[in-house]
Amino acid sequence: MAAADFRAKAHDALGNRELRANFRRAMDGLMSKRAMLFADRTEWTALRALGAAVRARSLLRLPELLEQLETRLRDNGIQVHWAETVDDGNAIFKDILSRHGARRVVKGKSMVSEEMGLNHALEAEGIEVIEADLGEYIIQLDHETPSHIIMPAIHKNKQQIARLFSQKIKDAEYTEDVDRLTDLARRVLRRKFAAADAGISGVNAAVAETGTLVLVENEGNGRMCTTVPRLHIAVMGLEKVVERLEEVPPILSLLTRSATGQVITTYVNMISGPRKPGEKDGPEEVHLVILDNGRSRIYADPELRNTLRCIRCGACMNHCPVYTRVGGHSYPGVYPGPIGKILTPQILGLETTGDLPHASSLCNACVEVCPVEIPIASLLVRLRSEGAGKTPHGGAPVKGAGSRRKSQEDWVWRAWALVFRMPLLNRLSNFALTRFGWALPSDSPLLREWMTVRSRPRFARRSLHELVRREGIPHE
Amino acid sequence: MSDARTAILGRLRAAEGKTPPPAEHFEVVAPRGWSGEEKIARLRRLMESVHTEFLDARGGDWTALLQDWLAQQGLAGLIYPPDTPLGRRLAGQWSGATPLIPYDRSLAEWKEEFFAQEAAGLTGTQGGIAETGTLILWTDETQPRTLSLVPPVHVALLDVNMLYDTLWQAMREQGWTNAMPTNLLLVSGPSKTADIEQTLAYGVHGPKRLLVVLVEGDPAFS
Repeated sequence: MAAADFRAKAHDALGNRELRANFRRAMDGLMSKRAMLFADRTEWTALRALGAAVRARSLLRLPELLEQLETRLRDNGIQVHWAETVDDGNAIFKDILSRHGARRVVKGKSMVSEEMGLNHALEAEGIEVIEADLGEYIIQLDHETPSHIIMPAIHKNKQQIARLFSQKIKDAEYTEDVDRLTDLARRVLRRKFAAADAGISGVNAAVAETGTLVLVENEGNGRMCTTVPRLHIAVMGLEKVVERLEEVPPILSLLTRSATGQVITTYVNMISGPRKPGEKDGPEEVHLVILDNGRSRIYADPELRNTLRCIRCGACMNHCPVYTRVGGHSYPGVYPGPIGKILTPQILGLETTGDLPHASSLCNACVEVCPVEIPIASLLVRLRSEGAGKTPHGGAPVKGAGSRRKSQEDWVWRAWALVFRMPLLNRLSNFALTRFGWALPSDSPLLREWMTVRSRPRFARRSLHELVRREGIPHE
Repeated sequence: MSDARTAILGRLRAAEGKTPPPAEHFEVVAPRGWSGEEKIARLRRLMESVHTEFLDARGGDWTALLQDWLAQQGLAGLIYPPDTPLGRRLAGQWSGATPLIPYDRSLAEWKEEFFAQEAAGLTGTQGGIAETGTLILWTDETQPRTLSLVPPVHVALLDVNMLYDTLWQAMREQGWTNAMPTNLLLVSGPSKTADIEQTLAYGVHGPKRLLVVLVEGDPAFS
């Protein structure tokens, strides 16, 4: 997807009143629910510090913990697969499913599977993949992608969903009643769960010391997918591991409170193995696919590595003044909002998505709410520099570094530096801009970009230096 | 795919940090010092706020109370785990109108029938968590995973002497690290969703209703 798409899509989204109302309502709700649960600032500060420490420690020892996780999972009877790219990941899924002759698959919500385009890959093999999370089911019916990582169908209102269900579900009556719409999906999907050959899920955290996959959800579809079919395949990005089980409670607490303003989700599903002999249900085989897809490259840089702390709560997008206005579909890649602005360019490369780090006013709202203290604003600035080919000493360049470098911009910054190094030049340029700035043509490089969305700036008639020299600084 | 494994781990190892790990302070998830009654009250308040129903059978006969409750709901049956102490107690004392259905075969043997039952599923619990209003469920040979998932009503027995302040406390005091079951579940209400316009709707895929039966000091749970 070309970078210019963000601008065009954002522009369209801003003009779509229905879409903006849908997002406004949802984001206001999510923000106030979260705020209520973090009203105790002392607790928030301590919990957040613990969450950040857990994630930072996990990343520090990532290779070691991944090996420990693999060993423990294997001891527990869970098979582990490694995928360098999304194509490799999809191939692993196809291989496991075809060995089992699985044709019908039910799937719980998983952003990493969206990143892989897993559904398309499996459908191309003639495998039916049904998204079982209600929000995912809605957008799958409408052939859309998630517009939010927690609330995938948040861009739709109930009238739109009512129309969709009445058109796409057999024998469904038109109803705008949320309970009846939910019941309709329940009836369709229960049959799918009972008939499925395999279930697919994501992973919220993988515990190295016990070999446990932790999944959170409210609906029960995740439990259905991981319990009812005879085969369960889970997939996660390689950053999801934590060392110890006791590190899970703070992560869960931060995740559910930040995401939806709940003290806990209805279900926390901890899977430590397939069905044991004598057990009456549960999958006979459990697999875990660990995906890299650019993450080890992100890991190589000590600053950018912080991107991998993310626990996918979505709080950054709920609070982002850009996201809440343009919605999730304006962003290229599958992760929208602030986390997408730092993650997507690092995965897909700055050549195609280098505009994303610029789609921010650096207001810091995301940084304030991030439960694991990811310095998103600093990372946005870093990625802007990377786009211009400026990797700091000791850092590892991002994919596509330097692809946005413009010689004209370089020239401007060099001149700027000179002006601030040479007092005479500084005085001269200040004099010129204050006296003759009005005469700059509107389409000159200095003004053109600025004036695409703003009115023409008016230069002060005296510089600050001149004013201070003339009037002095009043002492209180 | 072992090549992928080697390559990925190799890249990660090449970049591994040498900085000392930040300290973790767990006080914020540690026990709160709540009394027994405070724990019960808090668990109840939180679970009721998400539509969980309660039956207080402390000091009484839970089988009789449950019989009455089930008869009022007009459910087709009560599916229960026959090879557990509570299952044996139930079967031994049952005289109610609601038929008892033992979960005594593998899921595959009765999947269609099991999914179609308009019945309640009964499970024990391994205690509860007051901070979040949560039940701890272990699954094993005697207590299947689907018993608390597929039936439209889930009935869970909770011994009030097994309440913990926080999840962190429960996992440490119960020694989960050394003995994780194949599937450990935390359940904090009936199945729900807010995927349509942020409007809460109950009973989307799992149970539509959750009934917690509070018991105390019953030998079937020791």
